[in-house]
Amino acid sequence: MLTDSVVGSALIWAVLAMTVMYLGRAPARQSLATLARMLHNALRMAAFGLRRAEQHLEARNREVLLAAGREAKERMVSREFERIAATVARDLGRYPETQRTLTETIQRIDDDHQATADVPPQVPGWSKAVKAVADAADKSDPSVRDVLEAIHDSMEKAQQRALAAYRRSSSDRHRLLSRMMPRWRDIQGRLRRMEAAVDSILERSRSIDRHMDEYREILAGTDRAVQTLSTSALVQFAVSTLVICVAIGGAVINFSLIARPMAEMVGGTSYIGAFRTADIAALVIILVEISMGLFLMESLRITRLFPVIAALPDRTRAYMCVFTLVILTTLASVEAGLAYMREILLQDELATSALLRGDAGGVMTSEALWITTAAQMGMGFILPFALTFVAIPLETFVQTLRHVLGMAAILTLRLANLALRILGQFLRQSAVLLQHLYDVVIFAPLWIANRVVERRASSEGAASRAEPAAPRVEPTREREEVPASRLEAGYGGYGEATV
Amino acid sequence: MKALLAVVMLVALGGCGEPPASRATGVYMLLDTSGTYTQEIDKALQIINYTLTRLEPGDSFAVARIDTASFSEKDIVAKATFDDRPSTANTQKRQFQTAVNEFVNTVRPSAYTDISGGLLQALEYLDEKDPGRRTIFIFSDLKEDLEKGYVRDFPLTFTGVDVVALNVTKLRSDNVDPREYLDRLATWQARVEQGGGRWRVINDLDRLERLFDT
Repeated sequence: MLTDSVVGSALIWAVLAMTVMYLGRAPARQSLATLARMLHNALRMAAFGLRRAEQHLEARNREVLLAAGREAKERMVSREFERIAATVARDLGRYPETQRTLTETIQRIDDDHQATADVPPQVPGWSKAVKAVADAADKSDPSVRDVLEAIHDSMEKAQQRALAAYRRSSSDRHRLLSRMMPRWRDIQGRLRRMEAAVDSILERSRSIDRHMDEYREILAGTDRAVQTLSTSALVQFAVSTLVICVAIGGAVINFSLIARPMAEMVGGTSYIGAFRTADIAALVIILVEISMGLFLMESLRITRLFPVIAALPDRTRAYMCVFTLVILTTLASVEAGLAYMREILLQDELATSALLRGDAGGVMTSEALWITTAAQMGMGFILPFALTFVAIPLETFVQTLRHVLGMAAILTLRLANLALRILGQFLRQSAVLLQHLYDVVIFAPLWIANRVVERRASSEGAASRAEPAAPRVEPTREREEVPASRLEAGYGGYGEATV
Repeated sequence: MKALLAVVMLVALGGCGEPPASRATGVYMLLDTSGTYTQEIDKALQIINYTLTRLEPGDSFAVARIDTASFSEKDIVAKATFDDRPSTANTQKRQFQTAVNEFVNTVRPSAYTDISGGLLQALEYLDEKDPGRRTIFIFSDLKEDLEKGYVRDFPLTFTGVDVVALNVTKLRSDNVDPREYLDRLATWQARVEQGGGRWRVINDLDRLERLFDT
C-alpha cells in the first residue's frame, strides 16, 4: 500500500504498471511476435511432416491396392482361360471328328439327293409315225383299223408300264428323301452344339476383354482403377466383417454346446491361468476345426491364404483334402457326442437341483425332449462344417484389412495435419490479439505519445515551410519516427503480418 | 517371431512359480442339537440344500453337529469333496443330502453345547482341505454351555475364514434382558475377528443368496 487509500494506491500502481508496460512495449510485442512465429513455424513443419507421411502412406496404399487388384484380375483372367480351355476341350476338342461326321453325312445326303433325281418316263418314239399312218390311211379299211388298234393297245400297255416304273421310282425317291431327315437333324444338332460352344467362348472372350481392359488400367495405375479398387475393397471388407461376425456367433454357440460336457473329460476344477481347462479345451477344438476348414479350402484352391499349399502337387492336395475332411468329420462327430452328453448332464443337474429344493417332480420329463437333444446333436455336427466356410470371408478380410487400415491411417494423418495447421493459425492470430490487448491496457500513454508526435510533426512542418531551401533529411532507421496512424494500427508489431 | 517366443517363455516360466491358489470353496456347517434348538433343524436342512446347489465340482462340504464334546470327527454327519466331473459331483450331492436327511430324522438333543470345540474341528477340517475360500456356518443360538472339565477358553485362529452365524434365535432370558443376546453376539464376533476371521450374522433365511457374499 503506497497510500492509505486503496483506490489511490491502486491508481498509483496502475500508472506505474502502464508506464513500465509502455516502456517495454516494443520488446514485448517483438517477443510475442517471435514466440508466435516460432510456434507457428514448428507446427507448420510438423504439419508438413505429417503431409509427407500421408503422401508416402497414400502412395504405398495405392501400390498395395493396385498389386491386390492386379493379382485378383490375374486370377479372374486365368480362371476365364481355364473355362475356355474346358469348353474347347469338351466341345471343340472333338471338332475333327465332328467335321468328318458332318462331311460323311453331307456326302450321304448328296448321294441320296442324286439318287432322288426325277427321271421323266420315256415317251414312245413312234407316236408321230403312228399319227402319220392314222392320218394317211383310210380308217375305214379294216386292215388299217386293226393295225391302228394294235398300235393303240401297244401304246396303252407301254404307257401303263411307264407309269408303274415312274411310281416305283417316285417311291424310291421318297424313301431316300425320308432317310435324309434324321441326317439333317443330326447336322442341325451338331451345328447347334458348335454354335453354343462358340457363343460360350465368345462370351468368355468378351469377359476376358473386359478384365483385360481393367487389368491394363490397373497396370497403368489410373485414378479410375484405384477408385474402383478402393470402393470394391471397402465393400468387401464390410461384407466379410459381417460374415465373420456371424461366424463368431456360430463359434460361440458351438462353444456353449461343448464347454460343459468337456468338464467331464478334462475335469471341472483345473485351470490354466485364469481360465478353466475345460473351456480352453472346448475352444481348442473349435479352433482346430476352423484350422481344418482353412486347410480344406486351401486344398480345394478356393482360398489362397497359404501359398505353400497352393503350390503342392495335385495328388498331395487331394490327399490333404481327404485328410482334413476326415479330421473334420471326426471332430464333428465328437461334438455331436458332447452335445448329447450336455443334454444328459443338464437333465442330471436339473434333477439334482429339484431334489435339493424338495421339488422332485419339478423336472420336465416330456417325451418331446428328444427333439432338443437331436437338435443339439445336429448343431454339434453341422456347425464345424459351417465354420469351414469362414475361410472365404477371412481371406477377403485379411486382404482388404491392409487397405482399410492404410485408409484409416491416412485419414488420421490428414486430420492431425489439419489440426496442426489450425492450431498454428490460432496461435498466430492469438499473438496479434495479445498485442492489441497489450495496447488496450496502455492506451493512456499511447494516446499521450500520439498527441506529442502529432504536435511535433505539425511544428516540424511549420518550420520546414518557413525554410523551404533547407535540404530534407531522411530520418535514420534508429531515429525513425512512428506515424501516429501506424502506431494506432500497431506498427512494428506482428499485427501487420499477412495472415 | 522373437516376441512370440518371449511371450510363450514368459507364460511357461509364469507357470513354474508358486503353485496356483486353489479356487475351490470349503464349507463347514455346525448344527446345534442342544435342547429346544433341535426343533429348528428343519431350517438347517434348507440351508444345507441351498449350499449343495451352490457348490461346484472340487468344493468341499461337511456338516457336523454341536453336542457336548464337538471336537471330534464322530460329530461329522456328512462330508464330501465333490469330484472333478459334474455328473459324479451331482451323485455325491444326492448322497450327501440323503445322509443329512437321515441325521435330521434321528437326531436327539444333546445335554451341552460345545460351539468352540465344533469351531476347532471345523478349522482343522478346512486346514486339511485347504480350499481357496473357507466358510463356517454356525446354525445355533450361540449359547455355549460346556460340561464341567472341558477347556475351551483359548484363542482360535480364523485367518481367511468367513464365519456366518445363522438363525441366531433369542432365548427366553434374552427376552427378559436383550443385552444378553447382544453381548453373546458381540462376544463371538470379537472372538472371530480377533482370530483374523470375518463375522456375519444372517437371521433372515429367506435370503439365502447372502450366504456366500464376500
